[in-house]
Amino acid sequence: MSVRDLTVRFGDVVALDDVSLDTPSGHITAIVGGDGAGKTTLLKAMVGLVPITSGVVDTPPRARTGFMPTGAGSWADLSVDENVAFIGGSYGLSGEALAHRADELLGRAGLSEARDRLAGKLSGGMRNKLGFCLAMLHEPDLLVLDEPSTGVDPVSRVELWRLISEAAAHGTAVVLATTYVDEAERSGSVLVLDQGRSLLNGRPQELVSGYPGEVVETSTPERSQFAWRHATSFREWWPDSAPPGSDPTDMTLEDVAIIESLRQESA
Amino acid sequence: MSALLQARSLSRSFGGFTAVDDVSFDVQPGEVVGLLGANGAGKTTVIRMLLGLLRPTHGEALLNGRHPSRLGREHLGYVPQSLGLYTELTVRENLDFAAQAFGCEPMPLTGHLLEAQDRLVSDLPLGLRRQLAFVCALQHEPDVLVLDEPTSGVEPLRRARLWDQIREQSRRGVGVLVTTHYMQEAEQCDRLLLMSTGRLVAAGTVADIVDGTTAVAVASDDWSTVFEVLGRDGFALNLDGRDVRVIDPDEARLREVLAQHGIVATLRPVRATIEERMTMLGR
Repeated sequence: MSVRDLTVRFGDVVALDDVSLDTPSGHITAIVGGDGAGKTTLLKAMVGLVPITSGVVDTPPRARTGFMPTGAGSWADLSVDENVAFIGGSYGLSGEALAHRADELLGRAGLSEARDRLAGKLSGGMRNKLGFCLAMLHEPDLLVLDEPSTGVDPVSRVELWRLISEAAAHGTAVVLATTYVDEAERSGSVLVLDQGRSLLNGRPQELVSGYPGEVVETSTPERSQFAWRHATSFREWWPDSAPPGSDPTDMTLEDVAIIESLRQESA
Repeated sequence: MSALLQARSLSRSFGGFTAVDDVSFDVQPGEVVGLLGANGAGKTTVIRMLLGLLRPTHGEALLNGRHPSRLGREHLGYVPQSLGLYTELTVRENLDFAAQAFGCEPMPLTGHLLEAQDRLVSDLPLGLRRQLAFVCALQHEPDVLVLDEPTSGVEPLRRARLWDQIREQSRRGVGVLVTTHYMQEAEQCDRLLLMSTGRLVAAGTVADIVDGTTAVAVASDDWSTVFEVLGRDGFALNLDGRDVRVIDPDEARLREVLAQHGIVATLRPVRATIEERMTMLGR
C-alpha cells in the first residue's frame, strides 16, 4: 500500500504537491501538519473521496478500507447500536457476524454500557472511540483516521491509542493525522506536511538523529527567524554547529517539525 | 506581592455530587500556572467559580483579593475552549465589539490577522481563530489571563508562537492560569496543579506531577504479541514506537507473564508521562 507522487488541485489551489508515502501493514504512520497543510486531502485521496490530479494511490478497495473523518464519524441522532447496524449494513455485515464483531470492538473500547445512548450524547472521547469502532467493523486492511485524538481527554486518548495499536498489532495498516508530536513520536513513521508539500518522511528517531545542525537553549537568540519559544527561554537552531561556548541540547521531533516550518517561511 | 487569583478551600456540589472538593491555590503576578486534569476532574467548575459564573458551595474564589464581579471582569482576560468568537462577524468586527464591551481602544492587528481582518471568522482556519480569540482577550490589558486549552489542535510552530505571546504577557506581570491535558503545554508552565475527581492531588513541576507513577518500556522483536499478551493480563499499556510501555507494573508479575509466553524482552525503567499518571488516577 503506497502513495506515489500524488498531486491534488482544487481549481488553482494546489492542495497536495508531489507527495509520496508507504503504508505497510502492521505499521502506524502519522501525518503531522497545521491548518491547510494537506493532511485531510491526503487521507481522503487514500480512501477515494478526493479526485487525484496526478500520481498513483495504491490502496485497497473501499470495502477493505476503514475511514474515520474529523468530527467523530458517527450519526449524532442514532444510538451506538443503531450506528453499528447502519455502518455494518453498508459493508454487508449483519446477523451473528455483525453482533459478534460489535460485541468485541465495543467491549474493547469500553462502550458496552453505552450501546443504547445516542452518539450525540456521548463525551468527546467516547464519541471518537465509537468512530474508531465503526471504521474497524469490517476488519479493513487499511485504517485511515483523521485527527482521532483532537479534543479528546487524556484517559480516552490513551485508550484510543491502545485500540489503534491493537489494530496495527493484528496487521492493519494505520494512517492517522495528528497535531500532537508525542503521537508522531510513538508511530512507526511520520510524514510532515506543510502547504501541501512533504517536508520530512521517515522513522521518528531517524528523522531526529539524522537532522542537520544543532539546537541550543538560550534567553537571547541571535537569529530570530530560527528561534522559537520554549517555557521561559528560547530554542535556537544553527544549521551547521552552534557557536563556540554554547551548549547544544538534544534535538526532539518537535524541534525538527518547527525548524522545517521556519525554513519554509524564510525560503 | 499579593495573589492575583486565589482559590481558598473552594468547593462546589451539584445536588449530591461534589464537583470540586476543598481546592486551594493561587496565581501570582508574572506566573504561568497550569491546571491539569482529565475530563470530569473539576477544572471547568473551578474556572467558572474564579470567573464569577458559579457560586462556591464552600470556600471562596478571589480576583485581586475581591469576589469576582461584573466590574472586576475588566481585570481579567478569558479565552474559553470554544473561543467565544462571533463566527458570523469579521475579524475586525469581533475585535471592535470586544473593545467596546470593555471600553478600550481596539488593538492594532499585525501579520496574518491583519491580512484576514475583513474575513468572516467562520472562514478562518483554527490556528488564526485561536490567535484572534487571544487578541480579543488581551486588548483591555487585563492583570489576569485564564486560558482553556489554548493550543489544542494547533501545529508545533503556531503553538510555540502562541506561547511566545503568553510569555510576553507574564513578563509584563500578568498572571496566567492555563488548563490543559497535554504534556507539551504543561512543560511551558512555571508551576502545575493536578486535579482528579474534584480534588487537588499534586502540585509542582512535571517531575512532581508524575512522582509515584512508574513506567517500564518492554522492547522485543515482536511488540504486537507483547501488547496483546500484557493487555489480556490487565496491565495498563501504551505504545511507544516498537516499545510497549507498561504503567505502574508489578515488575515480578510482568516478568512472569512474559516468561510464561516465552517472550524474550528487555525491560528498562522510563519516566512516566502526565497522561500516564492521569490514566492511573482514573483506574
